[in-house]
Amino acid sequence: MTTEPRLVEVRKNVLKQNDIIARALRERFREAGVLAVSLVSSPGSGKTAFLEKTLTLLQGRYRVAALVGDLATENDAARLARSQAPVKQILTGTVCHLEAAMVQNALEGWDLAQLDFLFIENVGNLVCPSSYDLGEDLRFVLLSVTEGEDKPLKYPTIFNSADVAVITKSDLAAAVEFDEALARRNIQAVRPGMEVFKLSAKTGEGMSEYFEFLESRRARSRAASAAAK
Amino acid sequence: MHELSIAMSIVEMAQEESERQGNAQVMAVHLRLGQLSGVVKEALLSSYEMACEATPLAGSRLLIEEIPVEVFCPTCDGPRMVDSIQWFCCPDCGTPTPTVLHGKELEVVALEIRE
Repeated sequence: MTTEPRLVEVRKNVLKQNDIIARALRERFREAGVLAVSLVSSPGSGKTAFLEKTLTLLQGRYRVAALVGDLATENDAARLARSQAPVKQILTGTVCHLEAAMVQNALEGWDLAQLDFLFIENVGNLVCPSSYDLGEDLRFVLLSVTEGEDKPLKYPTIFNSADVAVITKSDLAAAVEFDEALARRNIQAVRPGMEVFKLSAKTGEGMSEYFEFLESRRARSRAASAAAK
Repeated sequence: MHELSIAMSIVEMAQEESERQGNAQVMAVHLRLGQLSGVVKEALLSSYEMACEATPLAGSRLLIEEIPVEVFCPTCDGPRMVDSIQWFCCPDCGTPTPTVLHGKELEVVALEIRE
């Protein structure tokens, strides 16, 4: 005998497992007073150069560390390690994005209280990383001047999921006739009010405004952490 | 392409629920999919078929309800639907609208089962 089908309510977030781990990570970052910043962008937009410059310039004044995700090769970790900061490569194999559990595993054995900044470089991809919360305090989306001003309109979901936009390779802007005003308009269209920095990791142009921002956000998260204790 | 791993999570969730319901046969899974979830409907549908293969859910259907992006307009003081996800502003008054109320959903809402 076959009965009629019936409906059973479930109401469960498909990424619940990831979100639970991400929440726990965010709580750990807050307790340790470390500012966690993740970087997303398409491949080749300058994430690693930007991060290497960031680590090198912050090193000495602050305690910094980085996790870097790639499908294969440890090349990026080797590049970043030149900054002398602790760096760990996360190899994702065939997975096109980082998930909170990968970050959690990579942090095993690290004393977060000994850090001021933790950077997490995602796999180069403007689609998949948008669905996964990594527990980061801030998500930076990078856009290089060579990619074209309409990237935000082509990938609105990832730009909308980010907190800060960074226009990279500004030293090449003139050569590729980059229309900065248009790029900024497109960023604001998909994420109104988003903070935007334009800089060059190569020449150092624009890096100081960006560092001021990082420092003020770190001070803010330190204060929140102290208030919670 | 992360739709396959998402489809596998959906199948796993549905299987757990069907076990709770006395191993009932799952005919369909109802899913709410936001326009800003970062998941592509067509890719998810074909991934779902693959993920079901050789599981008790083989042959079941994935029914997707697409959730448009709803934002809060501070000028109109209320929820509004954006005309396009390339333009986050109020369709009535043009105010930029950073606050997203709906559109990020990726949620299994119900199962259609047969005992």
